[in-house]
Amino acid sequence: MNTSYLRAGKGEGGTPLKQLGTQEKSTHNHQLNRDCSLPDTVQTTPILRAWVDFVLFFTLLMARTPQIVGQSPPRKEGVAKVLGRAQYVDDIVLPDMWFGATVRSTIPRGRITSITFDPGIPWHEFTIVSAADIPGENCIVHLTKDHPCLAETHVNHAEEPVLLLAHPNRAVLPAAVAAVHITYEVLPAIYSIEDSEKKEQIIWGEGDQANTFKTYLMQKNQVPIPDEVWEKADFIVEGEYRTGAQEQLYIENNGVIAEYDAEKGVTVRGSMQCPFYLVHALTLVFNLPAEKCRVIQTETGGAFGGKEDFPSVIGSHAALLAMKSGHSVKLCYDRSEDMAATTKRHPSRTRHRTAVSKDGKLLAGEIDFAIDGGAYATLSPVVLSRGTIHAPGPYNWPYITVRAKAMATNIPPHGAFRGFGAPQSIFALERHMDKIAKVVGLTPEEFRRRNFLSTGDRTATNQLLSDPVDMQHLLKRALKESNYHAKRKQFDRENPTSTIKRGIGFASFFHGAGFTGSGERRLASEVAIDITSEGRPRILVSSTEFGQGTNTILCQVAAQTLGLPYEEVLIAQPDTRVVPNSGPTVASRTAMIVGKLVERASTQVLERLRAEADLPTPHTSTDFKRAAIHYGEEIGRLEVCVRYESPGNIFWDDDTYSGEAYPAYAWAVYVAEVAVDTTTYSATVTNFHTIQEVGKVLHPILAAGQIEGGVAQGIGYALYEKCLWNNGHMANNQMTNYIMPTSADLPPIHVTFEEVPSPHGAFGAKGIGELPMDGPAPAILNAIEHATGISFTEIPLLPEDIFERMTRPTDTGTESLDPAVAGPIFSEATV
Amino acid sequence: MTITCVINNKEKNIEAPPMKRLLDVLREDLHLTGAKEGCGEGECGACAVLINGDLVNSCLVPVLQAEGAEITTIEGLAIDERLHPIQQCFLEEGGAQCGICTPGMVLATHHLLDKYAQPTLLQIQEGLNGNLCRCTGYMRIFNAVKQASLVGAAE
Repeated sequence: MNTSYLRAGKGEGGTPLKQLGTQEKSTHNHQLNRDCSLPDTVQTTPILRAWVDFVLFFTLLMARTPQIVGQSPPRKEGVAKVLGRAQYVDDIVLPDMWFGATVRSTIPRGRITSITFDPGIPWHEFTIVSAADIPGENCIVHLTKDHPCLAETHVNHAEEPVLLLAHPNRAVLPAAVAAVHITYEVLPAIYSIEDSEKKEQIIWGEGDQANTFKTYLMQKNQVPIPDEVWEKADFIVEGEYRTGAQEQLYIENNGVIAEYDAEKGVTVRGSMQCPFYLVHALTLVFNLPAEKCRVIQTETGGAFGGKEDFPSVIGSHAALLAMKSGHSVKLCYDRSEDMAATTKRHPSRTRHRTAVSKDGKLLAGEIDFAIDGGAYATLSPVVLSRGTIHAPGPYNWPYITVRAKAMATNIPPHGAFRGFGAPQSIFALERHMDKIAKVVGLTPEEFRRRNFLSTGDRTATNQLLSDPVDMQHLLKRALKESNYHAKRKQFDRENPTSTIKRGIGFASFFHGAGFTGSGERRLASEVAIDITSEGRPRILVSSTEFGQGTNTILCQVAAQTLGLPYEEVLIAQPDTRVVPNSGPTVASRTAMIVGKLVERASTQVLERLRAEADLPTPHTSTDFKRAAIHYGEEIGRLEVCVRYESPGNIFWDDDTYSGEAYPAYAWAVYVAEVAVDTTTYSATVTNFHTIQEVGKVLHPILAAGQIEGGVAQGIGYALYEKCLWNNGHMANNQMTNYIMPTSADLPPIHVTFEEVPSPHGAFGAKGIGELPMDGPAPAILNAIEHATGISFTEIPLLPEDIFERMTRPTDTGTESLDPAVAGPIFSEATV
Repeated sequence: MTITCVINNKEKNIEAPPMKRLLDVLREDLHLTGAKEGCGEGECGACAVLINGDLVNSCLVPVLQAEGAEITTIEGLAIDERLHPIQQCFLEEGGAQCGICTPGMVLATHHLLDKYAQPTLLQIQEGLNGNLCRCTGYMRIFNAVKQASLVGAAE
């Protein structure tokens, strides 16, 4: 297993240890002619294979000292950060650098009829770029080519880029932007999923695809739900749930600096998650080969998905300005532009129809899941995919049908945000689960207990859960640690006589780690490790650090595997000219997928040094350094590169939407306590417990930090963060009136990990980054229902929403299951 | 106009338009880029500095108001290449993730510990609520502040 060949020395002189078959190199591949290992075709059975990996993993874990994985060393770039010396893009100044700005559409939809320049501005001092200046295709490529780099004849959303300006003086740009006057023939715009579904205005695509970026049909075993299941069900429970747009609100706005050289091509450095996505975008806009499009990630001040797809836009813009002006150009948005013009979390509408037996067993579920993609497709098809696969949750459904669609509206395009579709569909499901429990007459916990997936079961995509799953235990532990039952009784006793109504509720859920379906196989990520002239190992990956701890955990994995102190291991700045394409830094895949590749590459470095440079076994760090330097001096530069090897037991079928949707899942139960003030109608989370099974925890402090940060964003998603739209413009594009939680707004967040090592990840790690975004919102609204007796079905839930509902004249104060009042529809089937 | 002030214990004469934001003077004229612009309207605290011991958002201060003031930026906190105890605690406790709020957060902590050497959790929460952090959920920052108060970072 895990064989590879390595190159000694620079250039083309490497001698393969083992010649492997030819391979196709996709255009996404990095420009270096780096040979990467391909996996052997392994003939063992999948189960045996997994088991061997597993045993190997434990052997490794036990054999090495000192233990670094599982400890919490300081983050690699931490000293620079606490000193304020870390260089973010806006801290960087290049010689003769100019500054860029973007002229944007002021209407949500229309045809451009004229562009005029106010004569009061000395335009000769400016560089002005329009669509006509684009040397390649006028398109920002994500998954489809629908998204113009600059609008040419039509605009499809407010704040759509039309022209770009550059000037040596940053201060003169806002006035210049305001002095460009664009007139339009205004066309009718649509702003909601419902308006998009009507298809009275077709703003995207045609025929069946009109206004529809993507649809999926996910059906367990590809079998529709038989009519008799509905006919014989004791209850049929229906509900509709909605979630709003959410701004990522990284504290560092999107920004880049671009340079252009007719010979060398384009170089863009900046704040981003996925350098090779930008390389791909630049190749199209500039009609250049990938080796002439160089991208360097600078220190990145938060991302959360908001710097996954968007840097392709701002990076292309800055590069066009650099090309035309002949200067390096810095393009950094201010907060209001970043909030108004860049991507957000997709708003959603989920409709559930569920057949249940009177003993509380799920019989069948029909889920209609729709998301608002905004004006262009961006990543909506894959966001929809993750939302679809997570829609049935960690439950056993004899029959399940999920129909999903991503619709077009004239809102600025929505894009990636932590959780990527899953927080939307999980919110709906976990609210709906509480509703079903109520209808059936069971407690929320008992109803879930009767339906949880467990080891050996199959998910909605027919994936066999062969790794251990124990939701029963997680639920039991979560309820115990949060003192759930006692609190529930206490609040039930106290609420009738208190103006502050308190409640406790929970959500149980899972989150798949890694790319969905065949994504990892298609990515075929590469990871390299080389040795510096001082004899230190250096990790080469395009996986980026933006706070979550990539640098640190990958160095831990390498240090542990190499038997070296953590401090000895280096990690290169992601520069596409230097690092291979280890895939995008998204989808909770870094610890698991990239970590595993770092582990494999480290093992091969050791093997190489043992075989060719007399590294003893066991070795000290001095032995390692001596052998590594010896290798460099006598044999040549040592660089090992490995490529993702799809486990033999992972198959996915895009046509039937079935198979192994993710290599591994994290499982969790989150418990929220709330207080609803019936004088001010504000809801506050007062305590929050999280229990999750995430595989091996590589770094306990970083891991807990991920959970706490995700929960904070989830609390904001549920109770504070509302995007207000006014004719397709974001009206509250400021931190003053888009409210994220401050240090004074958050409850204690308790984090408990359970570790069941996964054979797929580095030292047994699974994904962790997105998981905590999924659970808080439904747990909080379930708790609010306990506190108030009212079932709210939509987030964000602001005080005015609570006020409106609690003071509605027809309302009795407890949830009415009358559909006219309750919003979601409930009906009991006639048997 | 010329503004004379003390920045990180060094006297500076700054030539700048009087209404230029202190943040821009620090970043552009003095190359002190530790103060960050997060919002430009005094909400996020990423640009926080200490002026005469007060915690101030430098994006809201015209440089003319700095005349005669004593200003401390994050660059003035570490002494002789050694981390200030507050910085050490942020590093060890996981109080910094992406790092963009960290300079302001460290200065806010410095200001808080000057006021309360042993702050309660509520005092910490209130003392830092002008500094937004989107990564951590603040829990590790609270731990860092508590740890700093234990090691006596106030002096």
